[in-house]
Formats: sequence, C-alpha cells, structure tokens
Amino acid sequence: MSSSSIVEAPPKGGFSFDLCKRNEMLSGKGVKHPNYRKTGTTIVGLIFQDGVILGADTRATSGPIVCDKNCEKIHFMAPNIYCCGAGTAADTESVTDMVSSQLQLHRYHTGRESRVITALTLLKKHLFNYQGHISAALVLGGVDCTGPHLHTIYPHGSTDTLPFATMGSGSLAAMAVFESKYKEGLNKEEGIKLVTEAICSGIFNDLGSGSNVDVCVITKVGKLLPDIFQFLGRSFSLYQFNFVLNGYGTGGKRIHEKPLKTQSTHIRQCEGIHLPQEDRLVSLSLLKQISI
Amino acid sequence: MDTTLQDLNAPHSMGTTIIGVTYNGGVILGADSRTSTGMYVANRASDKITQLTDNVYVCRSGSAADSQIVSDYVRYFLHQHTIQLGQPSTVKVAANLVRLLSYGNKNMLQTGIIVGGWDKYEGGKIYGVPLGGTLVEAPFAIGGSGSSYLYGFFDQVWKEGMTKEEAEQLVVKAVSLAIARDGASGGVVRTVVINSDGVTRNFYPGDTLPLWHEELEPHNSLLDILNAQGQSPEPMNI
Repeated sequence: MSSSSIVEAPPKGGFSFDLCKRNEMLSGKGVKHPNYRKTGTTIVGLIFQDGVILGADTRATSGPIVCDKNCEKIHFMAPNIYCCGAGTAADTESVTDMVSSQLQLHRYHTGRESRVITALTLLKKHLFNYQGHISAALVLGGVDCTGPHLHTIYPHGSTDTLPFATMGSGSLAAMAVFESKYKEGLNKEEGIKLVTEAICSGIFNDLGSGSNVDVCVITKVGKLLPDIFQFLGRSFSLYQFNFVLNGYGTGGKRIHEKPLKTQSTHIRQCEGIHLPQEDRLVSLSLLKQISI
Repeated sequence: MDTTLQDLNAPHSMGTTIIGVTYNGGVILGADSRTSTGMYVANRASDKITQLTDNVYVCRSGSAADSQIVSDYVRYFLHQHTIQLGQPSTVKVAANLVRLLSYGNKNMLQTGIIVGGWDKYEGGKIYGVPLGGTLVEAPFAIGGSGSSYLYGFFDQVWKEGMTKEEAEQLVVKAVSLAIARDGASGGVVRTVVINSDGVTRNFYPGDTLPLWHEELEPHNSLLDILNAQGQSPEPMNI
C-alpha cells in the first residue's frame, strides 16, 4: 500500500480565520500592524416624543493623525432609518452600505416600509458571523409603523435596545451628559440641544473625537390628509416631495427632507459649556430633519 | 487611555446573576440588569430574561452576543416545532434544543442559560445549561458570575413547595445579595413568573432592594439638593 501521495481534503465552507490567527501571532512577536483608519468617535442617539435623534462628531483618525476633519458618520439605511458608525471606517461604511442594499431589496419584495428591527437583525447576524473581527460599533435609529426605535450593536453581534445610547471612544463622556440630563418626552429643541451637548462633551474630553457635530432628526409626520388645501396653505421655503403611490419603497407616504439650517456657533455661546481660552469654532452642520 | 480603549473593544459580556426556581404552581425566573464591556457598564437596564415561546423563557449569561444568537435560533426552531406538533411545546424540548446548540458548538460559544417554563404535562420545570452544554434538570438553578455567592444561601433557604409570594421574595433577595457582592452584577432586578395562568413580568428598581451588611442608605446627590432649593448649581469657576 503506497503512502506516497496523501490528498488534502478541500477546506470546508465558511469564513477562514487563519489570517486572523496569523495577525495575532505577529503582534505577539512585536510586529506592528498598519494603522487602520478609525473613526475615534463619539456617536449618540436618543428617543424623544416624536421620534429619534442621532448625533455624531466628524473626525476620522489614522493612528495619531486626523485624516479627515469632516467625515460623515451618520449613514443612510432606509428613508426612515439611519445608522451612526464607530470603529474602523471601512468596516462601518461597508456594513451599513451592504445592509442598506439588502433593505432596499426587501422593500421591493414586500412592498412595505422597512422596519428598524429588520435592519437590526441583518446587521447583528452579519457581525456575529465574523466573530468581532469586523470592528463596527453602531447606533441604529429609526421610526417605522411600530413606533420609534433605538438600538446599539456591538462588533461581536450583541444588541441592546435603549431610550438613549452612546458608542465610540467618547461614549463615556457623552453618556455622562445623557445620564444627568435625559428625561422621557423631550421635545425636538430640547432633544437636539441635549444631543449636541453630549457630542460636544465627547469632542472636548476625548482625543479621538473632534471637529463638527452632525445631528439627524427622524420623525413621523402626522396622519396625512388627502386635503390638498391645508397643505398648500402653509408656507415652506425649501421642500422636496417624493410622492409615490402603491407603496413601492415608501408605503405610499410622502417624504419631506428639508435641511433645517446650517448654523455656526462659537463655542463661547453654547450654553452650559465652559470653554478654553483660545477661540475654537464648532459648527452644527447637517441639521437635517427627515420626516416620514 | 490605551487600556480604556482596549476595554471598550472587549466583547460585550453579561457579568450577571441569573436564577430560576420552581414553586407549587410554576416557575419564577430572576436576573439582574448589568451588561459590561470590560470595566464599563454598557447597559445598566438590560433584559436578560428572553421569551422563547408563550410558556418558555430563558435567562441568559456569559457572552451577550453568543447568548442572544443561541436564544434566537432556539426560538426559531421551537416555533417550527410548535407548528409541526400542533400544540405548545414542552419545556423539556426547549431545554434540549438549547443543549444541542450549546454542546454542538461548545468550542465557539461561551454562554450559560437557564431554561424555565410551564407546560401541561410536567407543570413548572427548570433546566440549567451551563458552559459546556450539559443539561441538568433541577428544582432550582443559579448561574452567572454572581451565582458563586449564592450556593450556600440556597442550600440554607431552599424548600420544596413554596408559594408564589415566598418564591418571588426569595428570588429578589438572592439577586440583591449577589448584586451587593459581585461587581459584575447590578442595576435592577427583573423577575418573570410563569404558571398555568400565563406570564407576569415584574421589575424591582435598585433603591427598593434591601440593604445588606455595610451598605449605606442612598443619599440625594448635591445636584438634586441644590435643584430642589430652586437655584441651579454653578460648576466650579476659576
């Protein structure tokens, strides 16, 4: 019986973690890995009386260097669902893009508006399959037919459902603000102010967060009346209509997306924030109100 | 700074104290509510008692991700089983499904689960499925990091055939004892009572729990005291 050639069985399906083990072995021996572009980050979300408000800073770091002073960390998932991402920038971008496409296909199949819990399950399953090697920590928020929802998703695939949440390196600073000032039933102005304070707290006290504050408000417009006159009676300056019948993608609802305002506020004028001597500018950009 | 960052990237684990006891009519499941990521409390009000079916609930401990995924899969299998069987599934089936997943993936999973429920054949039953995937049927089960402090306590106070009120008080007392001694357990105490009448969820906030040896009464923070007097507190001015 010749024992010359032993044929190796082909590898079974599934993700192969061999290279992950090799990386760990190398770093154990002192080999430095290349610096990933991380979003150091402070990201927050809170539920207020009409929906969900998400907030994020805009600094992206590569090791000690700020490689992007104004990156966008609030990613689109569905017209009624947005997701903030912390961790490795590539991971958060690709995971949110991928699930956003899956949600759109799901909307075409079902003819209904996407639910937040659908996005949650898709994200959690994907992240669990990669056992934490996809370094994406997410704050997912949105409003659907069952109401407003806010969830946090950790890189290993566990999720929490909370009324207010913070993630990222600045999460401790932001959570301190939320724990002292959050209450149920905030209105929109109070909610935006609280989210801004929390992100500013992260920006000032965490080295990995900085630059500007992005805020995203997601609400549900009240029952839409077919009565056109009431609608035209109001005066809107900037309005975009997506009038879709028969529920392809939007469930027959109108989507109003109007940029609220872009306001630059000197830190000095931000209430309750005690400032350093030098003049630093914080701009509240991307105040986008998305109502569905 | 580095160690804090490292801790924040640690896997989300539930330090936990989980308990399941049977009484003369059903079962009571109890748990604390702290989920930690390293030394940071990621969620101080989490719900570790998860529903599988109308009559079967599980208490989860260990890695948050692993236990959530296992309970999701078991809920899915149980749902199919209920459809195929044509009647509510038994607690024994639920426990065995948990055991099959835990044992079959024992190298990859790190989760301890207590399965509790009521069915018409056996009444109230508690099954423990600790790390490793063994299945243990017992009149009461404890799990999680805080359970180490409760073994002696249960040996002393456990008795068969308690009433619902006695059993619930026992569960709340036990969880609060573990919270007092275990750093990885804390928050509020949640209980779920399952019997022939259905399921009742209860919630005991941290300040209603009894105080143990050397624990102090909660005092209002200076902030609350100043706010109550009507003046808003000024942070330190240099």
